Amino acid sequence: MAEIQQQADSGKGGKKRAKKMSTKIDMTPMVDLAFLLLTFFMLTTTFSKPTVMQLTMPVKPKDKEEQSEIKASDAFTILLGENNKLYYYDGLLAADVKPELQLSSYDANGIRKTLLERRRANPKVVVLIKPADKSKYKNMVDILDEMNITDQKKYALVDISKADEELIKTSGL
Amino acid sequence: MPKVKPHRTSPSLDMTPMVDLAFLLVTFFMLTTKFAPEEAVVVDTPSSVSEIRLPESHVITISIDKDKRVFFGMDDVKPKMAMLSRVGAKYGVSFTAEQAKTFSNLSSFGVPVQQLPDFLNRDNEQRKNVKQPGIPADSLNNQFIDWVVEARAASIKEFGKPSFIAVKGDNDADVPTVKRVIKLLQDKNINRFNLITDLEVKPVASN
Repeated sequence: MAEIQQQADSGKGGKKRAKKMSTKIDMTPMVDLAFLLLTFFMLTTTFSKPTVMQLTMPVKPKDKEEQSEIKASDAFTILLGENNKLYYYDGLLAADVKPELQLSSYDANGIRKTLLERRRANPKVVVLIKPADKSKYKNMVDILDEMNITDQKKYALVDISKADEELIKTSGL
Repeated sequence: MPKVKPHRTSPSLDMTPMVDLAFLLVTFFMLTTKFAPEEAVVVDTPSSVSEIRLPESHVITISIDKDKRVFFGMDDVKPKMAMLSRVGAKYGVSFTAEQAKTFSNLSSFGVPVQQLPDFLNRDNEQRKNVKQPGIPADSLNNQFIDWVVEARAASIKEFGKPSFIAVKGDNDADVPTVKRVIKLLQDKNINRFNLITDLEVKPVASN
């Protein structure tokens, strides 16, 4: 191994001497073992606890009275579609009002820009997030994350309505 | 001129400092390590910029995988046993002490309570191979909420405060399942959720 065997003095007969042992011991096996254990523990250890994103849902209203209506001028709706698509429109969808649907994306120049713009224009904006049934959980987390990044004060996770789905379909985006 | 002889150094080097360091690290990792519990299901979580860490203890983990299966996990052993017997009693399933012990070692599970005794009777190897169907969480057979309610009740009894509820969804988990789970929890007046995510660098929101 790493240690070169010292040739024992094979001198002639002569005096009988006590064999002088080297004070060095071969540490190689110990080092091998130490590093094996080190590698094992390093690989099996769970270092960082996962992070969590807090999501607070509104308490169920006792009756209809408590539910507050939001003004159409303050509303901003984000629809999460299938295939990682994202749409948004201003205002509320009503039977007689069809807001214009816009296509956007999850990246920094997409919805984030729009969100910041809207908030600058109207600080009281309320963001309604409506994930469609075919959207992925990842999309939902991404958009909630976007709320944190852009520091939105008021946002809510809402069920998508038939009218919203219809709007996506008819827009053809 | 005498020949320049290369200086002969001994091929053995002093390994002592290296060994010292190696053992120091070994000791450190041995003491700090907490073995990653074997998960019943592989869940690839999405990332977010949130920097809040999951608490160390008293956590109920609700995993949702991409096949719409719901798994339930709890880390505290004592309330877990209490929860098991309570839920078992509700569905008329009884567990032996052996089964309860196995149950307390599981990090999470995803089988209906009726199949649970059989599932617990298997040994560890076999259990890994069982395809777990997920805990029923629909309006007809809602065992999931019973687990959560009993877990919280047991936790309050034991520690004086309800557990932290963490939802661990897969990237490709579908929204209806997630929303159903959230709705079920909301029905029980649980309105604060924690979605487990990976850490992501926070981008700057330019104004």
